[in-house]
Amino acid sequence: MGTLHIDTDILIIGGGAAGCFAAVEIYKNSPGCRVVVMEKAHIERSGCLAMGLNAINAYLHEGQTPDSYVAYVERQFEGIIRKDLVYSIVRGLNEVVKDVEKMGLPIEKNEDGTYKMRGKRSIRIFGERLKPILAEAVQKTPAQVFNRVVATNFIYDNSRVCGAFGFGIRDGIFYVVRAKAVIVATGGASGIYKPHNTGEARHLLWYCPWNAGTGYAMGIRIGAEMTSFENRFIALRVKDVNAPTGTIAVGAHSKQINARGEDYLERYYKHWGGNKCLTHHRLLATVEEKKIGRGPCFLNTTTLTEVEERRLKEDFLNMNPQIILLWATKEMNPRKKPVEIYGTEPFLVGGHCQAGYWIDKDRRTTIPGLYAAGEVAGGAPKKYVSGSWVEARIAATTALEDIKGVPLITIDEDVVRKEKTRVLHPLTKKAGISPAEARERLQKIMDEYAGGISMNYALHEERLLEARRLLKGLKDRMKDLFAVNHYSLVEALECIDRVDVAKVLVEHLIYRKETRWACYQTRFDYPEKDNSRWLTFVNSVYNPKTDEIFMIERPLCS
Amino acid sequence: MSIFIDETICNGCKGLPEARCERICPGDLCYRKENTKAAIRDQSACWTCASCVKECPVQAIELRLPFQICSSGSSLKARLKRDKTIWTVWDAEGHQEEFIIRTRWLKGD
Repeated sequence: MGTLHIDTDILIIGGGAAGCFAAVEIYKNSPGCRVVVMEKAHIERSGCLAMGLNAINAYLHEGQTPDSYVAYVERQFEGIIRKDLVYSIVRGLNEVVKDVEKMGLPIEKNEDGTYKMRGKRSIRIFGERLKPILAEAVQKTPAQVFNRVVATNFIYDNSRVCGAFGFGIRDGIFYVVRAKAVIVATGGASGIYKPHNTGEARHLLWYCPWNAGTGYAMGIRIGAEMTSFENRFIALRVKDVNAPTGTIAVGAHSKQINARGEDYLERYYKHWGGNKCLTHHRLLATVEEKKIGRGPCFLNTTTLTEVEERRLKEDFLNMNPQIILLWATKEMNPRKKPVEIYGTEPFLVGGHCQAGYWIDKDRRTTIPGLYAAGEVAGGAPKKYVSGSWVEARIAATTALEDIKGVPLITIDEDVVRKEKTRVLHPLTKKAGISPAEARERLQKIMDEYAGGISMNYALHEERLLEARRLLKGLKDRMKDLFAVNHYSLVEALECIDRVDVAKVLVEHLIYRKETRWACYQTRFDYPEKDNSRWLTFVNSVYNPKTDEIFMIERPLCS
Repeated sequence: MSIFIDETICNGCKGLPEARCERICPGDLCYRKENTKAAIRDQSACWTCASCVKECPVQAIELRLPFQICSSGSSLKARLKRDKTIWTVWDAEGHQEEFIIRTRWLKGD
């Protein structure tokens, strides 16, 4: 198989919301800068925006201030957030939304031209084509986009990141991209835990099934510091089809009810704030109702008018077309039958929660030459899509500044050969472990021993130690993965990445000995929140030479 | 089943290096068979994101739900215009509902 050498100034890995925005931003600030975007799928429909989007949930409406916004995020995350990062995001939100509107995104407006308020911090958009719109903006720049090239590892000379390796899914070519700076924007990780749906429906997930945590794994493998993996995300969604409950609850003002028709948040969970409780308490209450025998729970859509129902369907077509199929029978009509809700399996994301690279306020990671933006960057939860754009803007600006005077580094041929051998290894084997077997093994271990759906998300030391032991055994077997074609090779590489991510996740879950975020991180053995000891970030660094993970505590900053 | 490709409608995007669904699928699941018709390599790997449904210029692809999740047999198709998307939903009884949604601004709007 051939090898292709490419030189560029800035390499962006992942052409999703953050990656596309970063490419456009670099061109705007420095039209002569060479940019390469390495994209696993096709930038027109890749990543978590592939289906579209019906709301932007991070926006500063009139009356809100950066202070009130940051206070909201801090409260939602039980006091643990990187305020410096969240402030930097809030200050840029409205500007990036305007920029994307100019690219072609329709946004619902008031008569005076301001955006119509959907929720306190959200606006309604008609974003079925948001991803193609972003891709089109990239295609107008001279950035070179390599679609269907999956990143496998950073090129790292033990002092700085100087590019990345990739595998061309279509051409079978091994890519060696040298760069003065690399922006990682690969998104978070799905598929770590056993999904709610199995068999033919195993990929009906909340999060994009092909966001395999590769960006995390590549960073872990070169010893980049990671933060808050224990702050997992579990979405409260429409059961099975994972449509956002917010569209119904915020957009159509529907209340959560249990199987008895009771407004259970108000009736049983007033101590958490009833209907005004935190996002994870909404989920916890739903899980509790199920455990206690008052489930399943629903969003009461029976009060909707015909006009509201039609509007709701339009919103979902812009974001989650599956629910329209679910509703397309008489007995499932949302005005006749409340919509059942549930908690998904856990995911690792830096956009809803805060798992990701530990970065400085300018989006530098702890490894020189490497910058992070979007879901893969940690410490700034609830950034969502607009926050990811702001982060991309900041990362692009910093990278442009930092590459001045930086040369491209000569890459040792041995390093290239070694990575190429590693990547292609599964193709050289005729038998062994299939990617499906490895995936199922990982998901079973994580579900049963690291707080998956079957454990109602709860964790404790003994099970976590077993997860650690089993994952070590699984990692040792990754060398036996075999692949029959390029498609299954990518699946095999995803398994390797997910196992590396899961191992770090389990160490984070073991380390935090308190219950900080209900369901996301609930400990049987330490059921209380302990502010005297744990008002701190839990970070980790992997040492590839000794195969050890070191835990680090970082204080909250002001 | 997550998507259904009607081979009597699919023309395999003859003349293009890749079928449009093959080019766009975020999971790399669509491909062109030897008979030049498009196919999905693994129904269980489909996210039901409908990217292929929208991309198909002859509306040969329908979105369905896996039987496990919905046994009613409803289906969904889309037609993309420059600035809007036209959706057609068929329910279990064959009733049809149409939605026309503005999905982008064009220059001069």
